[in-house]
Amino acid sequence: MRQKIKPVEAALAAAGALNVVEMYKKALTIRYFEEKVDWLFGRGKLGGTTHLCIGQEAVPVGVASALRADDYMVSTHRGHGHLIAKGGEPARIFAELLGKSEGYCKGRGGTQHLCVMGLNFLGTNGITGGGIPIATGAGLSIKLSGDDRVAVCFFGEGASNQGTFHESLNMASVWKLPVVYVCENNMYAMSTRFARISASDDVAARAGAYGIEAAIVDGMDALKVAELAGKVVGRVRAGGGPALIEAKTYRFCGHSKSDPRTYRTREEEEMWKGKDPIKRLAAAAAEFIPGSEIEGIKRGVLAMIEDAYDAAEKGSDSSTDAALDGVYAKREDIVPQGNIQSA
Amino acid sequence: MPWTRTYRNRDEFERAFPQNAGVRGLAYRDAILEATVELMEEDSRVFVMGQGVDDAGGVFGTTKGLHERFGKGRCIDTALAENGITGIAAGAALCGMRPILAHMRVDFIPLSLDQIINHAAKWSYMFGGRASVPLTIRAIIGRGWGSAAQHSQSLQSILANIPGLKVVMPATPYDAKGLLRAAVKDNNPVIIIEHRWLYDHTGHVPEGPYTVPIGKAVVRRAGKDVTIAALSYMVYEALLAAEELKGRGIECEVIDLRTIKPMDTGLITESVKKTGRLVSVDTGWRECGIGAEVVASAVEGAFGSLKAAPVRISLPEAPTPASPALEALYYPGKKEIVYAIEKMVRAV
Repeated sequence: MRQKIKPVEAALAAAGALNVVEMYKKALTIRYFEEKVDWLFGRGKLGGTTHLCIGQEAVPVGVASALRADDYMVSTHRGHGHLIAKGGEPARIFAELLGKSEGYCKGRGGTQHLCVMGLNFLGTNGITGGGIPIATGAGLSIKLSGDDRVAVCFFGEGASNQGTFHESLNMASVWKLPVVYVCENNMYAMSTRFARISASDDVAARAGAYGIEAAIVDGMDALKVAELAGKVVGRVRAGGGPALIEAKTYRFCGHSKSDPRTYRTREEEEMWKGKDPIKRLAAAAAEFIPGSEIEGIKRGVLAMIEDAYDAAEKGSDSSTDAALDGVYAKREDIVPQGNIQSA
Repeated sequence: MPWTRTYRNRDEFERAFPQNAGVRGLAYRDAILEATVELMEEDSRVFVMGQGVDDAGGVFGTTKGLHERFGKGRCIDTALAENGITGIAAGAALCGMRPILAHMRVDFIPLSLDQIINHAAKWSYMFGGRASVPLTIRAIIGRGWGSAAQHSQSLQSILANIPGLKVVMPATPYDAKGLLRAAVKDNNPVIIIEHRWLYDHTGHVPEGPYTVPIGKAVVRRAGKDVTIAALSYMVYEALLAAEELKGRGIECEVIDLRTIKPMDTGLITESVKKTGRLVSVDTGWRECGIGAEVVASAVEGAFGSLKAAPVRISLPEAPTPASPALEALYYPGKKEIVYAIEKMVRAV
């Protein structure tokens, strides 16, 4: 079995840059987490809104494979997968979605405001494009501190029409900031197809206007994303200035729970589902481990997600005694992990 | 105390303190620069950014020479991209830096309200108190003839409405230095609104570090008949009015709010309990303005003591006109304060 390794993967595996099985587990964790959230929403156990990344798992998993723990990551409204890829614990994310004290943000933030400073995860975000300057500022802080971390900024193709995208890319390029901008182009901003409201076909083309190197990758293939991210992150870490990755991907579900998906055809959806990143990763993992182990991984991840939810549900509701605490930060400095640990 | 007094310029200061009498006088603009230099020397996380911060003028002199002293890496000229730049500053603050973002005009803040209101202001609470944005934003009210509608606004009430933000408006050189120091040392986003007409005002500013606490107003002049709660440049007009009214037998207590959010309502109500009368004097507009908040605090906290309906002195409900003739009509000052108070006191 193990001899049947394809050339690219062999090279990457040999270089230690990539562990296909670990990536598969991570992607599966995201998929099962999101499916559980979907199920919970359908039964009224979760409120507010939710933006699932089912279908897009290859992007966070592939990009995260190129990152160090002390690198920064900035996410979007569709951010559960980003946080899991950065090392977030499903139980604590569930707890946040359920409004529990044990949530990463004590239940104050919910799905769109998940921030874990200990993981250098600088937040999911309810404002499209809102995180792009934040990530750029993280890059500026790295540059001013003089270390070799990078900041990764996820955003959707819809955000590439925001001023923050253009303002941030311009400054990052002028200042040569260590920021990797990762566009998850799933083609639709809610119901609005990118081609309908954008003057350029690809987001990557816009980077050129700011002198930023950009590459397009198959966002349904975690190995290809990982391979590209490995190269790009390495170049940015070495002081090469910012870079942009455009991952062409697709969300299998609607924008949010209330989306009947009337703006796209079922045929288009089926075509993309044929590129399911989880199936591709399973096939790649099968090159390394026997099929029985693949099944074991599936059962294990599924059980882990169920346990995580059960643990979260048993937690305590956000404390109402302290409802107004934290509007203003206390005197003590709160700094991310990366600023404390030596890289 | 020498630092409670402020003079319109250095000449006035020197007349008040012949041979300085051991009291060092500094202009408001120089107090800001001195605070910035001290902060940057003390803490390598502090840096300054904004459009034109390293040009010859240096934001009316307040950032002059910083790039030569600390390098362009800590005095960063930026593009005209206010929302993006504000987000970049907020992101750097989130990651442990202490940026001071300078705007030449308050009017440019609306371009960055997304990053201020949706992001920086909410970061601490919505992330469970586990993140903070120690960001200082400076912006200047550009009153002066011809500045007109988009270069002279006083937008403090918009910002003061947002939980998570702090807003300060120093009226004296002493407070300009002390409040800037307090803002940069604070772990929250603090917006400092300065006033161009105060930039030459000169008063005592001690050398070396001190802070003026955010959230504390101060009595600039004690009096028993009327409380005047003023802010920023209008404190100066209020003091002139109080002096004139003294000659007419009316003793005014002048409160300099200093911090707009969180407002020191305790000092306002304490004073109103004594005087029974309140006039608020704002640099901004009336409806939902700071004056409304001042009056509300007195009604809530000192209702039984009020002898007359409080009065708000503020800008007319119109954008700033360019013409000097219209501008003279537009801005209230000493005359309007004196008139309002005489009317209020004589009516009782």
